[in-house]
Amino acid sequence: MKPVLLIDFGSTYTKLTAVDVDAEEILGTASSYTTVQTDINEGLENALRQLQEKTGKLDFVKSYACSSAAGGLRMVTSGLVPELTGEAAKLASLGAGAKVVGVYSFQLTEDDLEEIQGLKPDIFLLVGGTDGGNTENILYNARMLATIEPKFPIVIAGNRTAARECERILAGWETHICPNVMPKFGVLKIEETQNKIREIFLNRIIQAKGLSKAADLLSDIMMPTPSAVLKAVELLSQGCEDEPGIGDLIAVDVGGATTDVYSVADGMPEHMNTVYKGLPEPFAKRTVEGDIGMRYSVQGIVDAAGLQRISQISRLPKDRVTELVEELKAHTDQLPNGDSERERLDFALAAIAVEEAVTRHAGTIEETYTLMGQTFVQSGKNLTKVRQIVVTGGSLIHTKETEKIAAYALYSPASPASLRPKEADVWVDRSYILAAMGLLSSYYPQTALRIMKKELEFHGYSE
Amino acid sequence: MDEKKKVLVMGVIGADVHAVGNKILYHAFTEAGFEVVNLGVMVAQEEYIAAAIESAADAIVVSSLYGQGELDCRGMREKCDEAGLKGIPMIVGGNIVIGKQKFEDVERRFKEMGFDRAFPPGTSPEAAIEALRELLHMDGDRK
Repeated sequence: MKPVLLIDFGSTYTKLTAVDVDAEEILGTASSYTTVQTDINEGLENALRQLQEKTGKLDFVKSYACSSAAGGLRMVTSGLVPELTGEAAKLASLGAGAKVVGVYSFQLTEDDLEEIQGLKPDIFLLVGGTDGGNTENILYNARMLATIEPKFPIVIAGNRTAARECERILAGWETHICPNVMPKFGVLKIEETQNKIREIFLNRIIQAKGLSKAADLLSDIMMPTPSAVLKAVELLSQGCEDEPGIGDLIAVDVGGATTDVYSVADGMPEHMNTVYKGLPEPFAKRTVEGDIGMRYSVQGIVDAAGLQRISQISRLPKDRVTELVEELKAHTDQLPNGDSERERLDFALAAIAVEEAVTRHAGTIEETYTLMGQTFVQSGKNLTKVRQIVVTGGSLIHTKETEKIAAYALYSPASPASLRPKEADVWVDRSYILAAMGLLSSYYPQTALRIMKKELEFHGYSE
Repeated sequence: MDEKKKVLVMGVIGADVHAVGNKILYHAFTEAGFEVVNLGVMVAQEEYIAAAIESAADAIVVSSLYGQGELDCRGMREKCDEAGLKGIPMIVGGNIVIGKQKFEDVERRFKEMGFDRAFPPGTSPEAAIEALRELLHMDGDRK
């Protein structure tokens, strides 16, 4: 037996997964409250005790951790044109596992600076201009940022012509120069920037957030939790040496405060008569809906769908929906616990969370008629051919109707422009192993992939 | 010493999907030593402008083959002004209007819309290149 410990320091729970990499199986999982304010070790030790009560004493050969504790990796970005370098900066940050708390375009104003000071980002991503293109904007923004306190690390990944000058303007700040996130018009180049972001997270953020106390227990590797999940779903989709993946997929994690969506697929137009518009999107793409969540962000779900729709899906009168939603807002730890009304409401809320978040993640197609006949204009990813959906999150795990909720991720005749999967197999990550497997994949990719294939529960087929 | 190449943003405007001429022009401009950002077909005014801002373009080249060019180009100069691209050279060419019209009239109307040059059907790429060199004061480095 060769036990490896995988730790996910969450904002509320510290989750542990123990894996035997020899037998390629999960030995056990456990979770305990995260206690960042006092000592992160406390939560870790509690969880570890729980775990070993189930599994017996384990002699871990390695332990790896990811973290979204203390607000996760909070980032602010600034670009030039919102749809171009502005969007590229956002995509880069999200893909690196960040929580993007501010997105700015064009020149930063004094008001923006005040806001940024209030947001206290862990890392700032400063971009703008294609290589050889506009330098004025990024230099201006560097000068503006140089005036504020306190300082934070800044990743400079804009027009390469201006990079060194930005660095000079920001003398005294921790700056890192990376290749331009959009070196040419319509070309996204974000990998190196993402690696740099993770590296800074590793070196700096962990210490600042009291996680270093746990560091002596860890062998190596710390990454933001969403980044670990993205690694896991990419591996699950694409496979690795000697082990095939399950193909293009989307993954949805409906949380209490946010809903994360991942897609691993090319998503470019299928037909010759379709013109692609806008920035090409990353092959492995992550989006986060900050206003869509089952408890803290329940109002966002109501706003997105309207009371009428929630009432229809839950078969509850509108007044009752309002009452119960108010209750959830006041008691964010409330679970349905077998109550039929509350179960129906949670079903409706989860269904809409999935529908709304996947709709925002997926691309759209528009039909236009030109003098040459019918033409289609696509923007964003075409996910209609994706055949696998992985879901997780309390509301999807603790219900028998997982695949019915997951079906809301699919194409709907009611919104034909949305390029969501036409039909798909539904998989459930019932024991929250995705982040753990993403961590494990850095060292044991085959093992991580085989465990995922074994552990993810097939939950029916939807169309 | 390598002089920085002049940057052109080009594309076929509106709901126009004529892709062949666009590719020919792209190659001709690149060959002539320009750095070309080609937006392809079905390009909205806003896309030319966004691309021109990011790439700090020296000129915008608009093509139109399907006769609706006049409608599609309306207001583009004003939008450029709004977006901080005041005075950026813009040229337009192709089948830019419907039917047989006297080209002097067509040219006058496009110039009133703020285009620096307008070209009739059948213009060679060299003519456009010549005009761009002139507009961008590149007379010195003519081959």
